[in-house]
Amino acid sequence: MKALVCVKRVIDYNVKPRVKADGTGVDLANVKMSMNPFDEIAVEEAIRLKEKGVVTEIIAVSVGPQKAQETLRTALAMGADRAILVLNDDDVEPLAVAKIIKAIADEEQPGLIITGKQAIDDDSNQVGQMVAALLGRPQGTFANEITVEGDSVVVKREIDGGLETVKLALPAIVTTDLRLNEPRYASLPNIMKAKNKPMAQKTPADYGVDTTPRLKTLKVGEPPVRVAGIKVADVDALVAKLKEMGVVS
Amino acid sequence: MNTLIWVEHDNASVKDATLAVVTAAAKLGSVTALVAGSGCDGAATAAAQIEGVSKVLKADDAAYANALAENVAPLVAGLMANYDAFLTPSTTTGKNIAPRVAALLDVMQVSDILSVEGPKTFTRPIYAGNAIATVESSDAKLVITVRGTAFAKANATGGSAPVEAVAGAGDSGTSSFVGSEIAKSERPELTSAKIIVSGGRALKDADTFQQVIIPLADKLGAGVGASRAAVDAGYVPNDYQVGQTGKIVAPEVYIAIGISGAIQHLAGMKDSKTIIAINKDEDAPIFQVADIGLVGDLFTLVPELTGKL
Ligand SMILES: Cc1cc2nc3c(=O)[nH]c(=O)nc-3n(C[C@H](O)[C@H](O)[C@H](O)COP(=O)(O)OP(=O)(O)OC[C@H]3O[C@@H](n4cnc5c(N)ncnc54)[C@H](O)[C@@H]3O)c2cc1C
Ligand SMILES: Nc1ncnc2c1ncn2[C@@H]1O[C@H](COP(=O)(O)O)[C@@H](O)[C@H]1O
Repeated sequence: MKALVCVKRVIDYNVKPRVKADGTGVDLANVKMSMNPFDEIAVEEAIRLKEKGVVTEIIAVSVGPQKAQETLRTALAMGADRAILVLNDDDVEPLAVAKIIKAIADEEQPGLIITGKQAIDDDSNQVGQMVAALLGRPQGTFANEITVEGDSVVVKREIDGGLETVKLALPAIVTTDLRLNEPRYASLPNIMKAKNKPMAQKTPADYGVDTTPRLKTLKVGEPPVRVAGIKVADVDALVAKLKEMGVVS
Repeated sequence: MNTLIWVEHDNASVKDATLAVVTAAAKLGSVTALVAGSGCDGAATAAAQIEGVSKVLKADDAAYANALAENVAPLVAGLMANYDAFLTPSTTTGKNIAPRVAALLDVMQVSDILSVEGPKTFTRPIYAGNAIATVESSDAKLVITVRGTAFAKANATGGSAPVEAVAGAGDSGTSSFVGSEIAKSERPELTSAKIIVSGGRALKDADTFQQVIIPLADKLGAGVGASRAAVDAGYVPNDYQVGQTGKIVAPEVYIAIGISGAIQHLAGMKDSKTIIAINKDEDAPIFQVADIGLVGDLFTLVPELTGKL
């Protein structure tokens, strides 16, 4: 079966985002951008399934600006077979991304669609669930472990109280959590090879999807700032502070 | 506006996370609480007592026993014919279900709201809480997840709403529940604990974590949390993780021990009332948000602290 993996180009997770002075967003000029970390995990999982002989072809999809090509090249260098860039310069909301992924799934008929659980820029945590709803297929969100068994996939999920296991009929949608796997680095030869792997370029209109935002961002501001407090010299001073605060008597 | 809220429950009782959602929903309009479960009379009765809830809908069906999104989302989407907004807590259950409902309704969800600024306007954190966006929805209906730490909890008792049974939408036949591994603990839940003691990578291994962190937490009657590094290394289970992609907590006191203070960790705890950090690196970023810092080796300082309390 084919696997479709969704990869988003986002601010690198090591960079501290800065809010623009005019309150319109976060300053991304000259900031290091990378593949969303959860999507690296998604690509890795698809590759492992291919190595196991479960998956036959991996298609990486990204919705974003021309530069999202780099993100797709990374996915190809890791081991995806081909890529589809759906070009859109403005941010596309999760609902519209999900509609595009749905349309691609209708064309490609993948057995598994793997997305990250959340993009670390918008922190929406929506796309995978929305794709599942639009396709009328089951979802295994926040996956910690996945096992394909015949025509179903068993997904161990990270939930608030611990772990939960569900069994889903294929085709299914899986969203990755941090402990699903540790993504590999692309090797230099594979980076070279990735340059020749096919990358289709499309637009949302090709899939009949209207990307007009439903949410209007009125303002982007700084969170309340915390100021650093005091340092105490030793444990006795800390205990005294805790008593003062009434935490202990 | 008529709102429908998702009641998080275990069939017998209502989970605390629901109470903040009632407060958020009440800012929009009347609150109807949906209890979808199997053998969920107890939860429905408890939901009816929450102050601010004007009606309880009870969907009691074997298909809802484990809140599978494939079964629950069509139920909610159907009920939404009569409501203007659907709200869930930002729990793993809420995050699993709400976007599925939103897509069925062709609505762009507003995730993890921090405040209600108007009938369609909300604030929400983006970039791991390093920025706060004010967004206005243009959709006919709203689907919202609510950050529990950002809203006061409604009183769990004092209300007396009528309970109405609603028919289920049945089983989708595409997914089934296999089992769960839920650790039973006497300790306060992270999201409602007044004090949290959290340990990081510095704790070395599971045994050391137990020996160093747990006695302090016991002394303080605290919940126990961890950084991602501590969870990944297997010191503690995944549900201990505090941060951008783990639990968001805001206790009275948060004690970070051997945690550097990466932005992803800060995202989950920087709204705590008082932050205390113990770290041997005086330049660790955690000290930039800590009210009280103690620099030194946790393996001597923490046992000493536990002993002196
Ligand atoms: C997509 C993504 C999501 C993430 N989500 C989360 C999340 O939700 N939560 C989270 O926590 N992290 C998250 N992370 C990881 C985060 O970036 C950091 O890697 C992690 O928080 C580091 O954990 P730590 O502070 O325990 O370890 P380290 O950064 O290694 O820090 C260990 C600290 O212990 C101190 N130390 C060492 N020995 C001693 C000693 N003997 N006494 C006292 N102090 C000592 C050191 O000085 C250091 O400051 C995420 C990362 C990514 C990419
Ligand atoms: N623009 C995009 N292009 C490709 N995949 C995306 C895009 N936006 C989100 N996704 C996928 O959906 C996941 C969840 O994103 P979100 O719902 O925005 O938090 C991400 O981890 C990606 O796998």
